[in-house]
Amino acid sequence: MKIYKYGDNVDTDVIIPARYLNNPDEKSLAAHCMEDIDAGFASTVEAGDIVVGGNNFGCGSSREHAPLAIKACGVKCVIAKSFARIFYRNAINIGFPILECPEAVDGIGAGDAVSVDFASGVIVNETTGKTFQAAPFPEFVNGIIDNGGLLNSLKARGVAK
Amino acid sequence: MGMTMTQKILARAAGLDRVEAGQLIEGKLDLVLGNDITTPVAITEFKKAGLSAVFDRDRIAIVLDHSTPCKDIKSAQLCAACREFAREHSVTHFYDVGRMGIEHALLPEQGLTAPGEVIIGADSHTCTYGALGAFSTGVGSTDMAAGMATGLAWFKVPSAIKVTLTGKLGPYVSGKDVILHLIGMIGVDGALYQSLEFAGEGVASLDMDDRFTICNMAIEAGAKNGIFPVDAKTLDYLKGRVGREFTAFEADPDAEYAKEIAIDLSALRPTVAFPHLPSNTRTVDEAAGKPIQQVVIGSCTNGRLKDLREAAAVLRGRKVADGVRCIVIPATQQIYLDAMAEGLVADFIQAGAVVSTPTCGPCLGGHMGVLSDNEWAISTTNRNFVGRMGPTSSMIILASPAVAAASAVTGVVTDPASL
Repeated sequence: MKIYKYGDNVDTDVIIPARYLNNPDEKSLAAHCMEDIDAGFASTVEAGDIVVGGNNFGCGSSREHAPLAIKACGVKCVIAKSFARIFYRNAINIGFPILECPEAVDGIGAGDAVSVDFASGVIVNETTGKTFQAAPFPEFVNGIIDNGGLLNSLKARGVAK
Repeated sequence: MGMTMTQKILARAAGLDRVEAGQLIEGKLDLVLGNDITTPVAITEFKKAGLSAVFDRDRIAIVLDHSTPCKDIKSAQLCAACREFAREHSVTHFYDVGRMGIEHALLPEQGLTAPGEVIIGADSHTCTYGALGAFSTGVGSTDMAAGMATGLAWFKVPSAIKVTLTGKLGPYVSGKDVILHLIGMIGVDGALYQSLEFAGEGVASLDMDDRFTICNMAIEAGAKNGIFPVDAKTLDYLKGRVGREFTAFEADPDAEYAKEIAIDLSALRPTVAFPHLPSNTRTVDEAAGKPIQQVVIGSCTNGRLKDLREAAAVLRGRKVADGVRCIVIPATQQIYLDAMAEGLVADFIQAGAVVSTPTCGPCLGGHMGVLSDNEWAISTTNRNFVGRMGPTSSMIILASPAVAAASAVTGVVTDPASL
C-alpha cells in the first residue's frame, strides 16, 4: 500500500475537475481523480492505498463525484485533520470510510506503511510503530456505513420503499 | 439556554421542542433540489436502490442550469436523464431551457423558498435561501435521492457564529464585499460545520440581493448555512411570490454562540479575493493595477438585478478595454427581461460586453467563458480554486459586480470610484 499525502483545503475541483462531470461513470471519474493537484495519482494509485489530507479536506462544490472518484480508484480510506461538511456526509452516505485524526496526519509520512481498523478508529503507522485514535462515528452514522450507505440503511429501516 | 434561528428551525423539522449543537436529528424537508450535474447521479442511486416513488412531487425542484444550453453530447445525455425522471415522477418544479435560471436565483424568485422552511439541495450554494430566514444547505446526490424518496434528511445540529452588522455600506460597496471580508477574517474553514447567523441594526440597510449574495458564499467559509432574520424587506420580497403560510423564527435572546464577530458595514472597502482561495482577500486599493483578460459578471452569487444595475452603472457610456472579454450573465429569464426593460442589456452591449442566456457555465469552467493558459479573470462568482475556470495555470480574482465592471473598462483591477 502507498500513502498519498496532501496539504490543507484540498477542494473538490481538484479532486475531480468540473470538465469531467459530464461523465459520472465511476471508471471515468477514477481516471481523472486528483488530476489538477497530482497528475500522477490516477496512473499510480492501487487498491488499498490511503489518502492523507490536512484541514478542510473536500471543500467547495457538493459534487458526490469527488468521494466516488477516490473510492473508484480503490483507495481504502481518507485520513484528514478535518473534512468539509458536504464531503464528510457524502463519503458516509456512499459508505466510503473517512477518519478525522490530526495526530495521525502529522504522524504519517509519504513512504510509511499504515493499517486502519475502522470499527475502533485505531490507525497504526507500521513503519514508526506509532498508534493513533480517530474520533469515533456516532451510532447513527455507523448504521449508515454498516448498511453500505444511506439508501440501503433507509431501506433496512423501512423508511424508503 | 436558548436556541439560534437555525436550531429552532431544525427542532421544528425534527418534531422536537428543543435541540442542541452536536445533536443528530432527522428532519422533514420542505424542498429537495438538484441540478443537471448532481441529479443524474441521484437518479442512478434512486434506481439502484430499487426506489419506486418520490415522497411529494410538489416538493422537488430540478433545474438544468450548469451545462445548459447543453455544451456537449454527454451533458445533453445527462439533461435527457433529468427530463425523463421529471416526466416519470411528474415533478412539478422542473425547469428546462427557456424557463430555467440559475437555481439559487430562480427558486426564491419563483416563491419556492420561504422563512422557516428546511431545504436541501445537491449543490453547495443551496445555503443562499438563508437570506429569507430559511434553513437551507448543500448536500450530495445520495442525500438528494434519499430526500426525494422519503422527504427526510439527517443533520448534525450546528453550533453558530453570530455576525453582528452595524452601520451602512458606502458607495460601490455591496454584499459581495461583506462576505469576502468575512471569509478573509475567518478563513475557508472558519465556520466549518457551523451556522453563520447575521444580526444587528446593519441588517435593515442590506437589500435582499445583498443578503442572497452573503448567504450564498457562507459555504466558502465552510459553514453549513448562513441565515438572516426576517424583516420588512424580507416580507416585501415574499409578497406576490409566496402564498403559503410560513414561520419567521427569531433567535432566543439567550441563544448560545460559539463565537461572535462584529462588522461595521460603513468601514468596508470594495474587497477582492486573489487566487486560489476565497479567503485570500485584499481591498481594491491593495489589488488595483493587476491586469486581467476576462471579466465575468453573473452566477448564483451575483447574477441578480441589483448586481446587473451596479455593473451597468459603471459600464454605461464607457467601453470594455481592448484585450478584455466581458461576459454578463443574467441569472434568470425574469432578471434578463427586467434588465432589458431597464436598458441594462443595451448598456452592456454598447460597452462591448457579451450578454448570455442564464447558465452557471463559466463559474465552474464549463462553457461560455473558459480561460486559456496563464490568463487572469476577475469574476463575480464564488470560487477561485486551481483550475476552476480553465487550465491549472489560469487565475481568478473574485470581486463585486461594480469592481468587475470597472476592471473591464481599464483592463486592470480597478476601484469603480476612481473612474
